[in-house]
Amino acid sequence: MAILITKESKIIIQGFTGKIGTFHAEEMMEYGTNVVGGVTPGKGGQKHLDRPVFNTVREAVEETGADASILFVPPAFAADSAMEAADAGIKTLVAITDGIPTHDMTKVKRYLKRYEPEDRMTMVGPNCAGVISPGKCMLGIMPGHIYKEGNVGVIGRSGTLGYEAAQQMKDLGIGISTSVGIGGDPINGSAFKDHLAKFEKDDETKVILMIGEIGGPQEAEAAEYAKANVSKPVVAYIAGLTAPKGKRMGHAGAIVSAGGESAAEKVEILKAAGITIAKNPSVIGETIASVIKSING
Amino acid sequence: MNIHEYQAKQILSKFNVPIPKGFVADSAEAAQSSANELGGDLWVVKAQIHSGARGKAGGIIVCKNEQDVSDATNKLLGKTLVTHQTGPEGKTVHKVYIEEGTDIKKEFYLGLVFDRSSESIMVITSSEGGMSIEEIAEEKPESIVKTKVEAAVGLQAFQAREIAFGLGLEGKAINRCAQAILGTYQAFCSSEATMAEINPLVLTGDNQILALDCKMTIDDNALFRNSNLLELKDKTQEDPKETYAAEQGLNYIPLDGAIGNIINGAGLAMASMDMIQLAGGQPANFLDVGGGATPEKFVKAFKLISGDTNVKVILINIFAGINRCDWVAQGIVDALAQINIEQPLVIRLAGTNVDEGIKILKDSKIEYIEASTLEDAANKAVKAQKDLENK
Repeated sequence: MAILITKESKIIIQGFTGKIGTFHAEEMMEYGTNVVGGVTPGKGGQKHLDRPVFNTVREAVEETGADASILFVPPAFAADSAMEAADAGIKTLVAITDGIPTHDMTKVKRYLKRYEPEDRMTMVGPNCAGVISPGKCMLGIMPGHIYKEGNVGVIGRSGTLGYEAAQQMKDLGIGISTSVGIGGDPINGSAFKDHLAKFEKDDETKVILMIGEIGGPQEAEAAEYAKANVSKPVVAYIAGLTAPKGKRMGHAGAIVSAGGESAAEKVEILKAAGITIAKNPSVIGETIASVIKSING
Repeated sequence: MNIHEYQAKQILSKFNVPIPKGFVADSAEAAQSSANELGGDLWVVKAQIHSGARGKAGGIIVCKNEQDVSDATNKLLGKTLVTHQTGPEGKTVHKVYIEEGTDIKKEFYLGLVFDRSSESIMVITSSEGGMSIEEIAEEKPESIVKTKVEAAVGLQAFQAREIAFGLGLEGKAINRCAQAILGTYQAFCSSEATMAEINPLVLTGDNQILALDCKMTIDDNALFRNSNLLELKDKTQEDPKETYAAEQGLNYIPLDGAIGNIINGAGLAMASMDMIQLAGGQPANFLDVGGGATPEKFVKAFKLISGDTNVKVILINIFAGINRCDWVAQGIVDALAQINIEQPLVIRLAGTNVDEGIKILKDSKIEYIEASTLEDAANKAVKAQKDLENK
C-alpha cells in the first residue's frame, strides 16, 4: 500500500512551467509518477511537457481528478499556493520551497484546520526533499534510483541524510515502503507523529525509521506518541551531537533553544519510549537490519 | 536578523507601546548633549550590542550628572562585552543609547515567540521581570503564564487584560499594560519578528507602564516584503566569516576543532560532524554548500575553510542526488586548479554516478585521500590529523 502516494496517485505540479518545476517534473515522470498536469496562473490552456496547464488548482482538480500536488513556487507565494491546494481538495501536498516566512506557515496551519480531519490535506514540508513510495510514485526531488522497494517506512527532516540512509539500506538489501521528508523548518506542514500514525496503519510497512535532528519538540512528541500508539518497531537516529547550543545549523529549525532539544536529550527521550537508537549515522542501515532480523528471527 | 534595543524601541513606539525618552549616540559629546536635552537628574547609558544580559557584563551604567554620561560613553564605546549570549569572543560597542532614568515600582517579563509545539505565536509573561527567562523558569516557574494566540484572529483584548490582571496590576495600570501588550503584538506581526522580548516591562512610581528594554529578532525569510527594516542590519555585530559565507550563498558556522568540513545538506553535515567526533576528532566548522555544488561554490568554500588557521585537515562529503558525482568531482578539480590548499584533503563521494566521479578525481592531478563511507571518511580525516601531529 505505502502511505500518502501510490501508483494510482494523480499528481499536479504547482509552479509547473518554471525552470525548477520543469526539471523535476521530467525527473518524476521518468520515474513513472503519474503527472496529470500543472498549474501556472495566467498560462492556463497551454501544454507543457505534453501535459495540460491550468490557471487554478481547482480547475486542475476538476479536469484531471488530481489528488496530490508538489509545490515549486517561490517563498513569497508558497503559503498562498498551499492554501489554494487545500481548498481545491488536494489530499497530499509536498512543499519543496525553502524560505517560507514563519508568520505565513502559522496561517497555513490554521487554514488547514478549516477542513474536517477526514477531508484535511496532509502537507509535507516545506524545505524538504519530498515523498517517495519506491517503485510506485515519486513526489519530490530525490534521486529515485537509490530507493529500493520494501517494508521500512522512513520519516526524516533532512534531504541528503535521508539519501545516505536509503543508500545504506539498499546496500544491505533493505527496501522502503514510503520515505517522507518533513523538512527542516521550525513549523512543518506535518510532523513525525502524523506519519507514525499513517505507517502504523499501513500493511506494507513493518519497521519505521525516524531521522531527526537538534531543535524543536517534534522528536520528543513522536516518542510519546509511539510509546502509546505504535506497535511496529521504531528505529531512530538524531543528528547534531556536536552542534553548539544557540547556533542555527543550516536548517531554520535546527537550533537548540530550550530544554530537551539537544541531540543527546532527544536520544534519551526516544530510548525511554522503547525506540531503538542507531548510534551513529553510518550504522543506520545495520541497525535496521538487526531489528528486521529480530522480528523475523 | 537581530536588531538593537534602540531600533526595537522605535518600532514599539510606532505601535504606541510607551518607552522612556532616549537618544542614540556614537560619541561622548553627542551623549552629553542628549543627556542635556533629556533633562532631569538621572540617566542610563546603555551599550548597544546584539545581546541580552548587558547589565551583568558592565554594559549599562546609571549616571547622575552630564559629565558622568560623557565618561560612561567613553568607557563603553569600543569596548568588547562578553555575555552568555555573545560567546567568548564578545561583541564590540559602537553605539550607546542614552535614556532618562525611570522610577521603577515593579518589574515584569513580556516575551513573544513562535511556539513550535502549538505552532502559533505565544505570549509569555511573568511577574518576576529583570531576571532572564531561563532564571525565572528555574527559580519561579509558577510565575510564568503562557497565552496562545489564535492565528485566525490574532491576540484579543481580553487576553491582554487577563495577562495584566494576572500580573497583579490594579486601577489604570491594567488597561495601560493591556495596551502595551497589544501594541507589542502588533509590532511583532508588522515587523514579522520571530522573537520579541521586553525585559523588564515596568510599572513606574506614577502607575505608568514602560518598556525599559527590548530585544527583537526579525524573520530573514520575510525581509523581502519588509525591506524598510533592512537598514536596521548592523554587520559589526555579526561574525565576519559568517557574513562572508552568507553573502557567498554558503551556510557556515565556525567551531573550534581542527577538521574543516565541506558537505551538501544540513542534516548530512551535522551527521558528518558527529562521525568526526566519534572517530576522535573535532569539527572546525559546519558548512553546507547546498545543492548546486559548482566549481565557483567549491572555490568559495575552500577559501573560507583553508584560510582558517585552526583547520589541519579538510573533509569533503557529498551525497549527490540530482547533482551528479561526476559534476561534483569536476567542480572540486576545477576549484583546486584555481586555489592552492595546504591541508590534506579527504574526499567521500556517494550517490548518482559515483564511479564516474571517482574516476575524474583519480585521473586528475589533485592529491587527496579517498574514502568510501561516512565512517571511513571520518576515520581517515582524524588519522590524517594525527599523522601531521606526529610528524
